[in-house]
Amino acid sequence: MEEKGMEECMEGMESISLDKAPLAYFSSSDYRSAMAASGAMSPSADQEDDEDGFLGAQSGPEPDPRVSDSSKEVPISRNGGNSSQEFLTMAVTQPQKIQESTGSSLVPNIYVTYLVVSHTNIPEYGGTEFSVRRRFRDFVTLADRLALAYRGYFIPPRPDKSIVESQVMQKQEFIEQRRVALEKYLSRLAAHPVLRKSEELRLFLQTNGKLPLQPSIDMASRMLDGAAKLPKQLFGDSSTVLAPQEASQPAKGGRDLIRIFKELRQSVTNDWGASKPPVVEEDKEFLEKKEKLQDLELELTEASQQAEALIKAQQEVGDVVGDLGLALIRIGKYESQEATGNAQKVHATDVKRLATAAVKVSRFYKEFNAESCKHLDHLHDYLGLMQSVHTAFSDRSSALLTLQTLMTDLSAMHARIEKLNASSSKTFGGDRSSNRKVEELNDSIKTAEKSRDKAQEEYERIKERNRSEIENYECDRQRDFFSMLKGFVQTQVTYNERIASVWSKAFEEAGSASV
Amino acid sequence: AGIPSSPNSPAPEQPFLSISVTDPVKLGNNVQAYISYRVSTKTNMQEYRGLEKIVIRRYSDFVWLHERLTERYKGIIIPPLPEKSAVEKFRFSAEFIEVRRRALDVFLNRIAAHPILRQSDDLKSFLQADEDSWVVEKSRTAEGVFKKKPSDFMQIFKDVQSKVTDVVLGKEKPLEETSEEYEKVKHYVTELEDHLGEAQKQSYRLVKRHSELGQALAEFGKSVKSLGGCETGLLGKAFGELGNRAELLSYKLQKQAQDLLMNFEEPLKEYVRTVQSIKAVLSDRAQAFRQQRELFEASKLKEINLEKLRVVRPDKVGEAEIDYRETKLQSDEANRRYEEIVKVMQQEMVRFQEEKTRDLGAVFHEFARGQAQLANDTAEAWKVLASQLDAWSHQSAGKAVESSA
Repeated sequence: MEEKGMEECMEGMESISLDKAPLAYFSSSDYRSAMAASGAMSPSADQEDDEDGFLGAQSGPEPDPRVSDSSKEVPISRNGGNSSQEFLTMAVTQPQKIQESTGSSLVPNIYVTYLVVSHTNIPEYGGTEFSVRRRFRDFVTLADRLALAYRGYFIPPRPDKSIVESQVMQKQEFIEQRRVALEKYLSRLAAHPVLRKSEELRLFLQTNGKLPLQPSIDMASRMLDGAAKLPKQLFGDSSTVLAPQEASQPAKGGRDLIRIFKELRQSVTNDWGASKPPVVEEDKEFLEKKEKLQDLELELTEASQQAEALIKAQQEVGDVVGDLGLALIRIGKYESQEATGNAQKVHATDVKRLATAAVKVSRFYKEFNAESCKHLDHLHDYLGLMQSVHTAFSDRSSALLTLQTLMTDLSAMHARIEKLNASSSKTFGGDRSSNRKVEELNDSIKTAEKSRDKAQEEYERIKERNRSEIENYECDRQRDFFSMLKGFVQTQVTYNERIASVWSKAFEEAGSASV
Repeated sequence: AGIPSSPNSPAPEQPFLSISVTDPVKLGNNVQAYISYRVSTKTNMQEYRGLEKIVIRRYSDFVWLHERLTERYKGIIIPPLPEKSAVEKFRFSAEFIEVRRRALDVFLNRIAAHPILRQSDDLKSFLQADEDSWVVEKSRTAEGVFKKKPSDFMQIFKDVQSKVTDVVLGKEKPLEETSEEYEKVKHYVTELEDHLGEAQKQSYRLVKRHSELGQALAEFGKSVKSLGGCETGLLGKAFGELGNRAELLSYKLQKQAQDLLMNFEEPLKEYVRTVQSIKAVLSDRAQAFRQQRELFEASKLKEINLEKLRVVRPDKVGEAEIDYRETKLQSDEANRRYEEIVKVMQQEMVRFQEEKTRDLGAVFHEFARGQAQLANDTAEAWKVLASQLDAWSHQSAGKAVESSA
């Protein structure tokens, strides 16, 4: 198989789902639930184990406790138990520019680190206050690790990488914007009852020094590794059957090019093939909800834009009232100077009074808009969350695809065995090479069946996560949107009343001046 | 009270002159299209024939009247006309026509309210002349405008002469008054122009921004209603109501923008134009001053010459004396004219300031009232929704608790 062809296949796979999930590694979700069951844990022991796991997950098959006992996975309930009294708050502060000179390059590498301070009472954290220095790259790593370990959950999207010059990157404004965005990101993670207790987040917040999470490997390296493995896969040493522990990981982003190719072929068959795939997305409720969410996204996009335009227009009215106030101040001063009779003196006072009112109103508008913004931000936030929803749904489809591919593989293998048996039965005394092949195939089938089961488990797990996330999302959205509407309307009432009373006062007190 | 418009029922004994400009009608076609207005006059003034009269006039007729008054009544602040507009004329939007109609109404009523201007024969012709006699009147006076009297020509010539002399002698600046009173008036007018201009600029922006906010609210309401379509139950209802409310308020805002245009921006604009009228008066005064000064100098020169001639060439004295007396007469005449303008202008400035105080006081007062009203109405409209939302959100939360139990 040409490398070029593989490249295209990889790209094809890339476009299906959003995330760049790296190599499978030792994940601790079941580890975590095991820990929770056993009660408090000591931080040092914790880290030791984790280090082995995280740093060593490179070669060979690794035991994956995560999939061994999926019954331990606790369904998420928003209202129940400890979650309502738990808190986890973080602040991202004190950006610092670090200059590090790499040996070879002439240009020193400059980057920014942020101080991340957290306070919590979550028992799993084994402490109440932590403070570490992290750079943006670390946040990316955190997001990538979470995306891989928590497939199917609505994982809050991280702030975008910015493709800007290093000059811009160092500007105060950019750094401040990023700081705010990072803080918001962490607080959203903390708001998610499952993610807030994740090992990944905990390590991120607690571990001083280098972040003990494996960073994502770039595309090119992955491809090269995959290409290196390919000959082995094709010509004999490694089996081309997917190992069970890998069956529960996504194909894309991994290094198994054969697997990626197979799944791509499967997806094409799904779309264009004559026969139905071995298993399909049947959950009608899910499909309905998915469609509804797509509609919601469209409307949300529009509403979010209009909300922004509204705030801007409100702002402009406030500004021009302020400008009018300033103009009136000058007129008032001037009228005072020029006033000859009493009527003119009174008029000058009225103008000054009106000017003061206008300036006051203009100030109210500033507050008014800031408040309105706060409420309408919910629209923007939920729009941002749509990205997470897409990812979670695509986790589901890729898990399904893996399952489908494995099942196709299995039936192909069964078919081959039958053919071999059929042809060998024609030969008197059996065919020694054919018998050997059948034996090999039976072994492969055993492995493949295990993988299929694992893939099935993963798929079911993701489906369940999707379901409960959708439920919680509906709940949260109802609650947040109601609160947004109430807040927005109440702000309108409050500020319009204040503004009305300022104008009324100016109007009433000026009564004597006009006819 | 406020900007003079047609008063309703004045005291029977007092002379009144009430004019209204109504019913704009588009006549003619394409490039030659114009708007005609109906001008109705009600009066008990004896100079006018009859109690009521209606005529049809167009913008250029108003311009004629304005020019006649400017010619005749030096020193008086002639009420301004709305701008000629070469571009908008072709579009003739409803708003443009209404704004112009109002401005023309104000123009005529200000003239009618002025103790001196209301006596004008030209005003009488404008208000009363029927179609045919009106055409005659205009052509007669149109010639008159171009045909200047001989003495006027002399004056123009002399003006040019003195300007040339000044330049030759190195006196670049035209001769100007330096009295304290004059300086004060000039300063006052400059400052006033500045301030009113600024206020008018802000009022224009205010109108625009109110209108834009109205639009933004309407769009927002629409999008919110669509969003509500995706939500079920009470939340969907809540979004729908919010959208409705927003659309209602958008309409109110557009109305307010209209009000602000007519009752805030336009009056300020009219005063800005009036300041231009004042500047025209100042310019007339300055011209009268120069004429008076030059003729005075000329007459003084001639006097000196005359005395010289008495000694040197007694035979030429007769002629020179006649010449001197003529120049002296002109100088006195110019001086009288100048002083008249100064006197009238001073009265006019007092009158102007009183009117401005009244008018702008009313405009600002109404502005504050309108803004208060709008804010109150807005708060009320949202209040109703606020209590509805409260009820609904409690219901909805109750349902959620039920379903999770």
